[in-house]
Amino acid sequence: MIQINQLSKKYKGAEFFSVKNLDLKVEEGEIYGLLGPNGAGKTTLISMLTSLLKPTSGTFTINGLNFKEHKNQLKQLIGIVPQEYALYPTLTAFENLEYFGSMYGIKGEILKNSINEHLKIMGLSKFANKNTDTFSGGMKRRVNLIAGILHQPKVLFLDEPTVGVDVQSKNVIIDHLKLLNKKGTTIVYTSHHLNEAEFFCTHVAIIDRGEIIVKGVPSELIKNEPEAKNLEEVFLAKTGKALRDHA
Amino acid sequence: MLLLIRDLGGIAILFIMPLLLLIVITLVQDSTFKTISDIKIPVLLVDNDKGEVSKNIIENLSESNSFEILQKSSEEEAKEAVFSGKYQLAIVIPENLSASLQKKVDQNVEGILSKFGLEEDTLAVAKEAIPQKEVRLYFDPATQVSFKSSVKNGIDKMISKIETQSIYKAFQTELGEDDAEPIFETENFIAFKEILPTKNNQEIIPNSAQHNVPAWTLFAIFFIIVPLSINLLKEKNQGTFVRLRTTPVSYAAVLGGKTIVYLAVCLVQFTLMLLVGIFLFPAIGLPGVDVSGKLPMLYLVALFSGLAAIGLGLLIGTVAKTQEQAAPFGATSVVILAALGGVWVPVFVMPKFMQFVSKISPMNWGLEAFYDVFLRNVSFVKILPEISLLLLFFLTTIVIAIIYNRRKNAV
Repeated sequence: MIQINQLSKKYKGAEFFSVKNLDLKVEEGEIYGLLGPNGAGKTTLISMLTSLLKPTSGTFTINGLNFKEHKNQLKQLIGIVPQEYALYPTLTAFENLEYFGSMYGIKGEILKNSINEHLKIMGLSKFANKNTDTFSGGMKRRVNLIAGILHQPKVLFLDEPTVGVDVQSKNVIIDHLKLLNKKGTTIVYTSHHLNEAEFFCTHVAIIDRGEIIVKGVPSELIKNEPEAKNLEEVFLAKTGKALRDHA
Repeated sequence: MLLLIRDLGGIAILFIMPLLLLIVITLVQDSTFKTISDIKIPVLLVDNDKGEVSKNIIENLSESNSFEILQKSSEEEAKEAVFSGKYQLAIVIPENLSASLQKKVDQNVEGILSKFGLEEDTLAVAKEAIPQKEVRLYFDPATQVSFKSSVKNGIDKMISKIETQSIYKAFQTELGEDDAEPIFETENFIAFKEILPTKNNQEIIPNSAQHNVPAWTLFAIFFIIVPLSINLLKEKNQGTFVRLRTTPVSYAAVLGGKTIVYLAVCLVQFTLMLLVGIFLFPAIGLPGVDVSGKLPMLYLVALFSGLAAIGLGLLIGTVAKTQEQAAPFGATSVVILAALGGVWVPVFVMPKFMQFVSKISPMNWGLEAFYDVFLRNVSFVKILPEISLLLLFFLTTIVIAIIYNRRKNAV
């Protein structure tokens, strides 16, 4: 589904590569977690895969297509849930979703029904006509997710979709993502919540300093790491305990 | 569109502030367009002459209806009042001005007549040296140069007239004619008549409203640059722009959508300003705007001016990284373009180089097109070059914005 070959990104003026010669393969139907400390290169990788950032070198394809030749086809194929809320605060949840849905060519009753259905699943039906600036962080995250999946993408990229939300909101989001995956959506997501990733992802890759340190099925990674009882311990064993502050 | 409607405070400011600007500017400038002004500027006058000439000066100043004469006894007192800003102007008439002028004129007339052998006493008499007299003017240091010039010119003209009349009078006396029956006509032989453009055999007389409505409407239309560029920056900051970039919709289509919405705003704004000019101005004592038979062309000019402004707004919003960059740059750009375009100072009084620069200001093209329709009563063909330039400016800015965005976000 996603084939990444020697992908690198070095920002202008930066000393180091944010993503360095990265190779990765994501198969159709997988939930692939990209895990790593702050500044590891997770968001940069997702930004390149969603056409938001130009790679310094390397190539990748999604469903056998690349952005240079099949830009519009790919944009229709993928969905993105960015880390920011990416919503118009003075518009209602429904209006936001109507606007973003229409950008994918979905119109009329089909769009309306799809929005209402998703709002219902996410427990937001009664807030459909409220401005999103009155929403809590968890509610905004849920609307943010719906905006990325209205066009039923084959591949969904999520950048920290559960950051800053309460447990209830997190559960609703994860359950909905699992449902989408069951329906055939391949999911690539980044997270700091290692417990969440351990149970949610079919595969994970631990990234540090722009490179993949280890990748595989979470249970196997835990098994292969001596004395590790969970993914967090594998993560600390592989990335160390040193802080990764940088500016 | 929804985003604009939701921000009621913002939209009120967007529409009300330009209207307020138009009303205030027209009220302020109205007197300069009136032939008989209701406003009299108080002027201090120190009459040290107390003769015929000073009497004439006072009469002329009073008759001009522009000044209210306040007599002061001392020059020092008048000077202090003017330099402290209490009054705009003080005129000090020197001692013995009338007597000296009379003496000077008599001397000259006698000299001329003796050349023709008409003077009874033809013996050469040594001329008495008469020192030049000066009427002193004191201006408030804050007074504008243009006001100073017009006052100086007016007084100069008045003094010349008094001198001429004195010469004629001296000749008449020397020729032994009765002063009561003037043999010289002192009225100007050469007169001026301003020929105004006509429409249906009626003269189109420009007034402050006809001048201000196009100029300040254009200024308001161009101010759309500020909210528009901020709107784009907000989208970048909110993250909604990131989402838009991942959709199959092109940047050109995004800009196209914004162009349609903001063009509608410009045209609503233009309509409101016209309505103010047509209905509100006469109600508050200002001359009304005459749009009879001009509406389609006026809207055409507004439409293309709006496009030019929107193009620049979209370009600034695309290139700027923060609202702090876009807002001041947008606002100052509008002010600079307005200054270059001739909104404040007419282009013909600018230095040669600035006149050339003004020709590349879209506000100049818009203003000229508005003046063509409002004041020069021209046909569509005449405004075609100006609206073509405005369209070209819009297309150029949009193309630059699209190319810039493509290069910056190329994958």
